[in-house]
Amino acid sequence: MLKLQGISKSYSDFRIHGIHMEVQAGDYFVVLGRSGAGKTLLLETLAGIRSPDEGRVVLDGHDITRQRIQQRQVGLVFQDHAIFPHLTVAANIAYPLKRKGYSRSEIRRQVQELATTTGLSHLLERYPRTLSGGEIQRTVLARTLARKPRLLLLDEPLASLDVQYKRELQSLLRRLNQQGQTIMHVTHDYEEAIALASKVAVMDRGQIQQQGTVEEVLRNPSSSFTAQFVGIRNFFRGRVGSLPGKEHKKVVLDGSPLALLAPPDTPEGDAIVTLEARNIILSRSEPDSSALNKFAGTVQDVIPTPKGLEVIVDVGEEVAVMITRESLERLHVEPSARVWISFKASSLDIKKR
Amino acid sequence: MNPYSTLRLMFAFLGGVVLLFIVAPLAGMFLETEMPELVEATGDRQVTGSIQLTLWVSALATLFFAILAVPFAYLLARRDFPLKKLVLGIVDLPVVIPHTAAGIAVLGVISRDTLVGRAAESAGLNLVGHPIGIGLAMAFVSIPFLINAARDGFEHVPVRLEQAAMNLGASPLRVFFSVSLPLAWRSIVGGMIMMFARGMSEFGAVVIVAYHPMVAPVLIYERFGSYGLQYARPVAVLFILVSLATFILLRTLSRAPYVKASGNK
Repeated sequence: MLKLQGISKSYSDFRIHGIHMEVQAGDYFVVLGRSGAGKTLLLETLAGIRSPDEGRVVLDGHDITRQRIQQRQVGLVFQDHAIFPHLTVAANIAYPLKRKGYSRSEIRRQVQELATTTGLSHLLERYPRTLSGGEIQRTVLARTLARKPRLLLLDEPLASLDVQYKRELQSLLRRLNQQGQTIMHVTHDYEEAIALASKVAVMDRGQIQQQGTVEEVLRNPSSSFTAQFVGIRNFFRGRVGSLPGKEHKKVVLDGSPLALLAPPDTPEGDAIVTLEARNIILSRSEPDSSALNKFAGTVQDVIPTPKGLEVIVDVGEEVAVMITRESLERLHVEPSARVWISFKASSLDIKKR
Repeated sequence: MNPYSTLRLMFAFLGGVVLLFIVAPLAGMFLETEMPELVEATGDRQVTGSIQLTLWVSALATLFFAILAVPFAYLLARRDFPLKKLVLGIVDLPVVIPHTAAGIAVLGVISRDTLVGRAAESAGLNLVGHPIGIGLAMAFVSIPFLINAARDGFEHVPVRLEQAAMNLGASPLRVFFSVSLPLAWRSIVGGMIMMFARGMSEFGAVVIVAYHPMVAPVLIYERFGSYGLQYARPVAVLFILVSLATFILLRTLSRAPYVKASGNK
């Protein structure tokens, strides 16, 4: 339905480069990237607010690269909402309908319908200044839907909402998508992507690093950026080789003195290695466990996360280990402490590249 | 003791002096005007006629030039173009040149031996000594107030809102009338009130273009020159009272029914 062919654009400090992307009708397509990655610029280029320096935008087989904003069937919900402060909720929603020559009663009917879908029926006569963040977000969503866009673009729609509103809006977006609305949603939060997306593209420094279904991207991150972004802390590139006289295989990491021991059935050759932070055991002295991989190192940093504490240990390569608060206190882990890490060969997830 | 309090006290004192400087002469004038004199002035056809003329001509000049100046102000707020700084300087020019000089400049354009003057004459109008001439002189010295206020108003309308409106299918013209203009409205009306007020109080430029019919500032000057302070004062007081009432009324009417949402900067 939507095809981006080699889109490049520079605007102020942002730049996107060589973007190829394909969105099918009915997709919930999430573009994942840090702030400054060029996500908003990408949406603005799709909506026609900026025209690309290079490349083509094709919607339903028509080249819309140079089409005027007004003519595109692409509705954009801005991150800063852009609600019209001088109009009531009802007038905001009715804004795109007035142009189409509908009768007053028809406009009222459609506004009512959209207000019901988005849970705004009781707020129609209110002005934006009296609304909460979630209500403003739903109003601009209803307003954009009133235009009946072929493609709905959402710029960080959940970013400024508290947990309850976030959940409500997520289920509303999921429902809209199930009803057939094609959605492209940009966010910096990979949990949003997991919760909503059918397809995902990871964007970094103006380029698409990887795209595919959520499962593909989560299971097979193709770069350390994607891996980190989708929550995989330990991502290495290396080469799997045999160990003389042993059945286990050896993984020599690229540009690193570190060699890991991998299960016997690991195929040899260039590989991508991921290791979940919670599968690593941290100790103050050399562990006498059966784990084949044991390394001594220095604690670089301790970072609190919602799931526990992430300890970054330098063992010749930085490795992230997830521990609980109790373990932190018991082990007295603090930056520059000498520690050991250990993990089983079977904890390594190794894929050929 | 609050370390700022001495400083604040000093600043408050300085502010008090400034306020006194503004209020004292006006208060003096009001206090020295006897009620019977004021009543007499309100009954004086020449006085009421000239106040009415002043109000009407300034109001119409403001409205007429607003139609030209508001779209121009929008352009200045939204677009960068070569020599923009020069254009902005030209807009401010009438504020800095002496108003009698401004009057002479306007007269130079509308007198009978010019293109504009001849065109007007062929339509049966002599702009010199005509309310239209007075309006032009008023507008010349006061239009920067409107342009600058409107430009400022448009600059404060987030471009995002205009982009959103276009994304919702609105043409640039509809965006202007449904988003930009309503959101800048308060500044525009503020600018119009300032232009109207400035035009109404103009003496220097107007007196050169038209001594007759007499606008209120010219009448005050004429009364002062011919009869002295005693006779000029009631006219001045009456004119100030009418002006004040007009401003308060306009300011009240122009209050918009919403407050700008903070999330849309």
